[in-house]
Amino acid sequence: MSTITDNVVTPKLVAKDFASNQEVKWCPGCGDYSIIKQVQTVFPDFGVPKENIAFISGIGCAARFTYYMDTYGMHSIHGRAAAIASGLKAQNPGLSVWIVSGDGDAFSIGGNHFIHLMRKNFDVNYLVFNNQIYGLTKGQYSPTSEKGKVAKSTPFGSVEEPFNPSELALGAKASFVARSLDRDPKHLQMVLKRAHEHKGTSFVEIYQNCAVFNDGAFFAYSDKETKQEQSIYLEHGKPLIFGNGGNKGIKLDGTTPVIVDLSVEGNSASDLWIHDEHDKTKAHIIASFFDTSYNDVYFPRPFGVIYSEDRPTYEYGMEHQIEELIARKGRPSLDKILSGDKTWTIL
Amino acid sequence: MESTLEKNVGHETTLIEADSIVIRFSGDSGDGMQLTGTQFTDTAAFFGNDLSTFPEYPAEIRAPIGTTAGVSGFQVHFGSKEIFTPGDEYDVLVAMNAAALKVDLPRLKKGGIVITNTAGFDKKNLGLANFPDGINPLEDGSLDNYIVHKMDVTKLTKECLSGSGLGMKEIERSKNMFVLGLLFWMFDEPMDYTINFIKEKFAKKPDIADANIKTLTAGWNFGDNTEVFTTRFHVAPAQLPKGTYRNISGNHATAIGLVAAAELSGLPLFLGSYPITPASDILHELSRYKTSNVKTLQAEDEIAAICAAIGASYGGGLGVTTTSGPGMSLKTEALGLATILEIPLVVVNVQRGGPSTGLPTKTEQSDLLQAMYGRHGEGPLPIVAASSPADCFEAVLEASRIALEHMTPVICLTDGFIANGSEPWRFPTQDQLKPINVTFATEPNGPDGTYLPYKRDEKLSRPWAIPGTKGLMHRIGGLEKQQETGNVSYDPKNHEAMTRIRAEKIEKIADYIPLIKPESGKDSGKLAILGWGSTGGVIKTAVRELLEEGQDVAHIHLRYLNPFPKNLGELLAAYEHILIPEMNCGQLLQLIRAKYLIPAVGYSKVQGLPFTTSELKNKILEILK
Repeated sequence: MSTITDNVVTPKLVAKDFASNQEVKWCPGCGDYSIIKQVQTVFPDFGVPKENIAFISGIGCAARFTYYMDTYGMHSIHGRAAAIASGLKAQNPGLSVWIVSGDGDAFSIGGNHFIHLMRKNFDVNYLVFNNQIYGLTKGQYSPTSEKGKVAKSTPFGSVEEPFNPSELALGAKASFVARSLDRDPKHLQMVLKRAHEHKGTSFVEIYQNCAVFNDGAFFAYSDKETKQEQSIYLEHGKPLIFGNGGNKGIKLDGTTPVIVDLSVEGNSASDLWIHDEHDKTKAHIIASFFDTSYNDVYFPRPFGVIYSEDRPTYEYGMEHQIEELIARKGRPSLDKILSGDKTWTIL
Repeated sequence: MESTLEKNVGHETTLIEADSIVIRFSGDSGDGMQLTGTQFTDTAAFFGNDLSTFPEYPAEIRAPIGTTAGVSGFQVHFGSKEIFTPGDEYDVLVAMNAAALKVDLPRLKKGGIVITNTAGFDKKNLGLANFPDGINPLEDGSLDNYIVHKMDVTKLTKECLSGSGLGMKEIERSKNMFVLGLLFWMFDEPMDYTINFIKEKFAKKPDIADANIKTLTAGWNFGDNTEVFTTRFHVAPAQLPKGTYRNISGNHATAIGLVAAAELSGLPLFLGSYPITPASDILHELSRYKTSNVKTLQAEDEIAAICAAIGASYGGGLGVTTTSGPGMSLKTEALGLATILEIPLVVVNVQRGGPSTGLPTKTEQSDLLQAMYGRHGEGPLPIVAASSPADCFEAVLEASRIALEHMTPVICLTDGFIANGSEPWRFPTQDQLKPINVTFATEPNGPDGTYLPYKRDEKLSRPWAIPGTKGLMHRIGGLEKQQETGNVSYDPKNHEAMTRIRAEKIEKIADYIPLIKPESGKDSGKLAILGWGSTGGVIKTAVRELLEEGQDVAHIHLRYLNPFPKNLGELLAAYEHILIPEMNCGQLLQLIRAKYLIPAVGYSKVQGLPFTTSELKNKILEILK
């Protein structure tokens, strides 16, 4: 792979270097505008030459992302971006590969590829723009829509439970699980950076507003009045604190999370649960802060890196086997392969 | 079997020279008949016979023991003359149980030899094979027209291995070696090849190796010492063209062909595949070629398999996916993507009986129209087909060449018959193989230093700039593209133009493939047999025999099914009649009639079985009458 060498001075790229010459055609007010802006803002900091970056997307509003980035890219077919990205990464492990998907693309039609990618752990980044609705097909409920969702195909409300994407990813052995949202640029930039740094499949769920078909689905997590109470921002090594002015915390009673009112005397931040990204058991509990209640108490929605784990990537395993076998046995000539071991000659 | 010479050898046995023999090994799925057949085949090949094999096994791994559903057969036709088919009927039937006899007796030649394991004909086995109560075909005179050798192979094996310390299960499992030893004796073939095989296979289990070798030798000695066996046969080495040979199955040849394509193009090979009968052996084989930098990915499903291959091609590798009919259906959407991306991709379809799960272990040629038309939208693709086990090498190499040199997905059709069947192959050396020309784009090709991913060359193919190439960043996708720039375009005229350009590009491949000429017979006359795919051997045999009998008949066999060779229409017009035999309901027939407006007639067989030479000859003679 070509990389920047010491003797070549390359001027640092800026955000607009990552914008392609194509007109961006998302609806006014779409959360995708913020997401692409944050991506283009942080990419120069990664120091990866543009030609070594590839975006692979499936189908849906989010999937158009690929056309708007001045990198390599493929806008493919519905649900299959993960599989295409796997093949690309296997072929060229030196590339920085980003998958852009939506909730229908990733969890419905592409559900099988999603779970297997998590388990296989190719070093790729999987961004899912979750707007809890089908936008490009004009407003059907999606696999992340809340139960009872009234939409084009469910005029009397859906009867299905939604996926909790973080739990799904953890259950599928994801090595990196994070959540952010379109309306918090700084946080999203931080999470993107963490995803880039993680060696392995980085799953990032991004809450994204669909202004046309599901407007305001996540405003509770960004509006000033509700944000503090409804969301909790995770930081590795820091206690789980939320609420207005940070007046609430979460502690563990055995494996049951409990909300603690820090304004009550005797309750102290030092008793709280300290977030450990590498603790899978606790990551499962955090991920369940979704629609699960504990003793009839609902917990704030977690944002940030829920879980991360260092483990070998698929492409490393694949290349390592090849290198080891070639080192041990040498590379056979084509003639040797053509003849095989057992031949006979007719004179 | 034609005996040409008799002489006495050793102790009162007669050695008959035969120019070709067909043996059918038949038994329960667990009886090891495939291994026995393969060992016999490899030995015959190694000692210079030409041959053709036909393994036939049930879809169930372990169908109920002793039933006709569980019968697994392996047919080998070997000779001192050129052999192109596994043979219509067999000279020798090895029947390890009653069910095997029931299933395979109908195709034993009158007067042929039956070797039976009487342990497989007890009351229980006769019942399982649905023989009426009290009826044992070994005793009721129904085999009077055959030479029958009855022996309790199970008991003989047990006696031979008593005191070996092996358990009953392992001893039972060795009984196929007894039969193999006996057959080696009967056909005057040496045991060395199999002894070496056993030693290698059980290198870490010497007691098992010893037991197998002991049983094999016991089988040989049983023939040598028992007076029941008074006749042996000898098949002299075949007068094949000079050269070095190996025995190879179609799936193995496909795997090697892909490795060769990678070497000849200088690209790494990537296989995305999902296990499916009868294509899985290609995945198995290629997963062993890591030292040739072959990457294989067993995907989560057929769709992921082709998509991963598309991703690898996008990254600059030779992306390949291998499958069979139902898997082909699942890959269809992604094949549409590869078509509009105009990216190299090789898709191997090892056809089997369909639709749906159909006859997974049986052969058919019924996916031709799927290959031809099985896309949404207008999406013609090149199609090549293999005509014999060894020919799978050439076919898949040619598919790879077209894919890489013309920037297109290519469908390579083989089928279960040639995928599992094997034949001697006079393999080429690397210097006899044409290199495959691949050039990656490295420089801008448009105005102001821009890169135009859909700017076309004289073949109408587009440049291939892979991720990692500085300055050529571009986006491609499934949406219709503007000519040259590749930018998304919904312009009506542009869509029609791009549709026509994509089709013309495929048509243009005809300028780069050889003209067609008859394989045998004259280039004009009364009747031409037009075939494609695995019917190659049987058509060749039938036509050669008829030519010897003085009939006016020719054999034309298609490697390229889309586009057809440029002179095909002209060649077909030179015959009064065209007969197209196919293991389907007339798919090539439709294509030929539609394209050339000629009254070709079809000959169909849709039984999961290849044509026999005699049924094809009869059909030809009917037309020539």
